[in-house]
Amino acid sequence: MSRFLIPAAIFLALAGVLYVGVVHSPNKSTMQSALLGKTVPDFTLPVLGNPGMNLTGSQLAGRPWVLNVWGTWCVACREEHPVLLDIAKQNVLPLVGLDWKDEDDAALDWLKQLGNPYSVVVADRDGRTAINFGVYGAPETFFIDAEGRVQYRHVGPMTAEVWDREFLSRLPRGGIQ
Amino acid sequence: MKSFVRGAVLALIGAFLLGVSLPSAAFDIEAMPTPAMQKRYDAMIHELRCMQCQNQSIADSPVGLAEDLRRDVREQIIAGKTDAEIRASMVDRYGNVILFRPPFQSSTAWVWLLPIVLLILGVFVAFRIVRKRASMVAGDDSVVDTDETPR
Repeated sequence: MSRFLIPAAIFLALAGVLYVGVVHSPNKSTMQSALLGKTVPDFTLPVLGNPGMNLTGSQLAGRPWVLNVWGTWCVACREEHPVLLDIAKQNVLPLVGLDWKDEDDAALDWLKQLGNPYSVVVADRDGRTAINFGVYGAPETFFIDAEGRVQYRHVGPMTAEVWDREFLSRLPRGGIQ
Repeated sequence: MKSFVRGAVLALIGAFLLGVSLPSAAFDIEAMPTPAMQKRYDAMIHELRCMQCQNQSIADSPVGLAEDLRRDVREQIIAGKTDAEIRASMVDRYGNVILFRPPFQSSTAWVWLLPIVLLILGVFVAFRIVRKRASMVAGDDSVVDTDETPR
């Protein structure tokens, strides 16, 4: 009997390990940000469409905000755009756009054609700020609290469901003063 | 006709070899100012995972993000950062996943220990099987012997 029991036990153990490995594989949409709980990386970037004007991370401190990483070359960004427009209409959290490795003109055209959900868009033309945020694919969306800490990162197109569950739920009770 | 077929086959093989060799020449790895820095740079970019194409290093990937991470490594080396500092800065931003050889921690212990555990288990199982077979063969021999003695 033990002749079959031991191989069977080994098989089950191995199957278990492989199952856990497959289920928890670093899937692009489930991978946790390494920045969770940490202060957002500092940045100073030109404001899109406002030549000569810069935005620094510290200017956003003091209230929660959302950073959305996008680019006109990113197909999934076009898919999530209507959701971002709906979110902007709610007017509960400022949406800051990070235009990642993009042409300014193409980005301005995109916003003119599809509508602009952002309070402000900064141009990360060489992708340095995106690296500091640990971005590996657009779109990515970060929730940053009033203390300037990253509370959540969503990878992939934003949906109304994710917005309600992961972003609105993280707002302090009673909304933002 | 025969020579035509042979020519076509050779051309196909040639095209195949050419096609295979092309991707490695599709992008250039940037040069460093000194040989010592170059050596560290070459080693470091092979240690870091391209996050967009997870089973390639940033040295092997032509995608934009890998290019940006190579630039980041290059700039940090030139700025005088140590290898450990560069690795730490990558882990701070992307997590342990970015290292092909993650540090030994409670969260990564199984990555390091599981192969050893499985190896020991395998050796144990193989040892048991071999021992059982050996005793079976010894038993068979005696049976064969008794069978053959009457002859």
